[in-house]
Amino acid sequence: MKAWGLLAVIVASTVTADLLQSHEMKRHGEIQDFRPSGLRSVFRKLAGKRNLILAVACMAVSFFAFMALVQVADLSFAVPASAASLVIETVLARLVLKEHVDSRRWIGAALVAGGVWLLAL
Amino acid sequence: MNPRLRWKTRAFAAIVILSNALGNLSLTWGLRYGAGELTASPLTFLRAIFSPWVSLGICLLIAWLISRMFLLSWADLSYVLPVTAFGYVLTALLSRMFLGEQVTAARWAGTLLIMAGVILVGLGNPHTGDAA
Repeated sequence: MKAWGLLAVIVASTVTADLLQSHEMKRHGEIQDFRPSGLRSVFRKLAGKRNLILAVACMAVSFFAFMALVQVADLSFAVPASAASLVIETVLARLVLKEHVDSRRWIGAALVAGGVWLLAL
Repeated sequence: MNPRLRWKTRAFAAIVILSNALGNLSLTWGLRYGAGELTASPLTFLRAIFSPWVSLGICLLIAWLISRMFLLSWADLSYVLPVTAFGYVLTALLSRMFLGEQVTAARWAGTLLIMAGVILVGLGNPHTGDAA
């Protein structure tokens, strides 16, 4: 029961973090300059973005819950089970981020979700 | 999609997958062997974070986070998530090999299903924006 509670915390915080992160990185645009000066410039620009700060906070919550989870459950359960967030995220990527999700991606995501369910049995 | 962007996408997807799977393995190894039991006290988490294997795991997971952020700057979340889900398959293998976990037939079946889903998604175009 403790494992499922920790899993719920992981899924909720991961979904929130991924949506915030993707939204902010899309606003920034494609990163093309991988030289140290270019990367410094990217980090300077991104460091103060509220959505990214919130995303990092959500990831921290998810991470600490994950640390607690792998002490009470198998890693081969904990990691795939946390992918339960993937189905929710694909739906939200379409609804909130307005991404185009074609039928092949829907089927692929559904197969991954089905696989995650089997792994968790 | 131009060849440069295709190769960049594949390279970053590989970095994301490897850093995540190896980071989780190192983290779990450290938490089970040497970091002590985690309780509601933040001190137990702090002590665990500074143990060697957990620290290495955290460094790898930071590499995962940064490489994933870069990948998300040009590839859709709905592409990145399923493709990097291959890390789940790799994690199941590493868990069995290094942590001695029992991976049941149902878990292996799930692994194959995930691989099928990953291959299906990987055949598509990682960028669905205007520049695609």
